[in-house]
Amino acid sequence: MAWTPDQPIVSCKEVHKAFGAVEVLKGVSLDVAKGETICVIGPSGSGKSTLLRCINALVPINSGSITVEGQEVHDPKLDKLALRRKVGMVFQQYNLFPHKSALQNVMMAPVTVLKQDKAEVEQRAYRLLKKVRLEGKEQAYPGELSGGQQQRVAIARALAMNPDVMLFDEVTAALDPETVKEVLLTIRELAEEGMTCLLVTHEMGFAREIADMIYFTDRGVIVESGPPKDFFASAKDPRTKEFLSQIL
Amino acid sequence: MSRRAPRLDPGGTDLPVLLPAADHLQRRAVRERELGAAVPRLDWRHGAVLLAGLLVSAGLAQAQSGEGQEPVLEVIVRWLPVLLEGFLFNIVISFLAMAFGTLVGTWLGLMQISLLLPVRTGSWIVTQFFRNAPWLVLLFYCMFLLPFEFTIGSLTIPFPDWLKATIGLSLPVLANVSEIVRGAVNSIPSGQWEASESLAFNRRQILWMIILPQCVKRMLPPWMNLYAILTMATVLASVVGVSEMMTQAGRVLAAEDRPGLLIPIYSFVLLCFFVYCYPIARWTVALERRFQVKL
Ligand SMILES: Nc1ncnc2c1ncn2[C@@H]1O[C@H](COP(=O)(O)OP(=O)(O)OP(=O)(O)O)[C@@H](O)[C@H]1O
Ligand SMILES: [Mg+2]
Repeated sequence: MAWTPDQPIVSCKEVHKAFGAVEVLKGVSLDVAKGETICVIGPSGSGKSTLLRCINALVPINSGSITVEGQEVHDPKLDKLALRRKVGMVFQQYNLFPHKSALQNVMMAPVTVLKQDKAEVEQRAYRLLKKVRLEGKEQAYPGELSGGQQQRVAIARALAMNPDVMLFDEVTAALDPETVKEVLLTIRELAEEGMTCLLVTHEMGFAREIADMIYFTDRGVIVESGPPKDFFASAKDPRTKEFLSQIL
Repeated sequence: MSRRAPRLDPGGTDLPVLLPAADHLQRRAVRERELGAAVPRLDWRHGAVLLAGLLVSAGLAQAQSGEGQEPVLEVIVRWLPVLLEGFLFNIVISFLAMAFGTLVGTWLGLMQISLLLPVRTGSWIVTQFFRNAPWLVLLFYCMFLLPFEFTIGSLTIPFPDWLKATIGLSLPVLANVSEIVRGAVNSIPSGQWEASESLAFNRRQILWMIILPQCVKRMLPPWMNLYAILTMATVLASVVGVSEMMTQAGRVLAAEDRPGLLIPIYSFVLLCFFVYCYPIARWTVALERRFQVKL
């Protein structure tokens, strides 16, 4: 029963999700091993963001099962807050707290949620901001930072909770090409350090380099999946081929 | 061939040259829609008109009254302590009603966004009722429904009329504050909720540490606007016999028994309210501008 690191850290089985009458996820299954990086790609509206939101219980699912470290996410008895401590999430729109400085953004959750020692958290926050190459920007407010810098603060903020899994939802989609690189570099370093990462992305080149597995979704189902080499070279499904021909 | 519904575009108008006022009015409309409340319209020219009115009416009253009568302005100066004492009472009532209304209204507003349906519905009904009821009617209700004293055990606490009037005036205030709070909370992008939920904050923490601090800026202008409106409404308390400025003005007029004083005295009352409310209105507009640039 107890989860061991050789089992999938995130496991989705036949996940169904509907918003009202609109079925967004129609039986999605995927497993992510610890330390693995997977990329989810697919056309707009295919349910990629919804899938990530289900994984950290931001939205409830209708049926199926999602487990994180062996714990059922949608068990009504589950402590959602405990789950979210293990799963960090970064959003397309950064969603930094505009009334707090970069440093405070990073420190807030560990101090108030995890009740960790403030001085210790502050040290960690400085270290994390340095890690995402934002040394010297600790006191800046989100409004004073560029999109790419804000997104890196958001990454540091999620990391400050010491999560076991990181979810990235099109984190570079709102950025201009120059700053995309900085953010991707940060994510790559994380993945190389062994963080388990689930990425939704439109950056095919990046997905090809970084991912252990690629999943292609369309209209709520996973159409095709495989390691990037095979996936990009020999996609079989016509929908995948069409999508790839449009994007590459 | 798609037909579009007419809409207000904050960017500008089609006729910026022909209608210099249109642009200005449109911006005001946009601001009012965002705030969900009227923007104060006080202008220094209003004050100038009031002052001119006071002086002209004083002059006319002087000319009408026969020789040997005391000059009108001197009469006002002689009664100044009485009138200003009344005005002070208006301000005290406005402070207390605002404080009470803000305290209760904030909670009511938060109840309006509760996850529990009965709480949400109940607070919505209370808010709508007090927001849409005429202020004077609420005032009368409080005057006649509240007891003139409370007895707790052997202790009897008097409950004077002015306190009842304060509570009566705070009812519409709390309903408006409730709407201001609800509107401000709803205006915060949902991404803020999602991000803080994903960081394992609970709902209470999200509200108090992340959402409400961001709301303060948005709430301040409509809240100050509401205060200006309340201050002007405190004269309603004269109807139920509280010794505020209007009541005092009536007493002065009765004591002097000189019909020519009527307009000068009431002009003076207006002027006092203008002098008090004008800076608040200007400050509100300034705050609004500042926050608009930042947001
Ligand atoms: N809260 C919601 N309420 C109702 N419908 C929703 C909600 N969230 C998402 N949807 C719908 O679910 C579908 C999938 O949305 P989702 O955001 O998961 O797509 P996506 O694959 O992330 O697309 P994109 O690439 O544009 O971000 C869309 O049709 C969307 O309109
Ligand atoms: Mg999305």
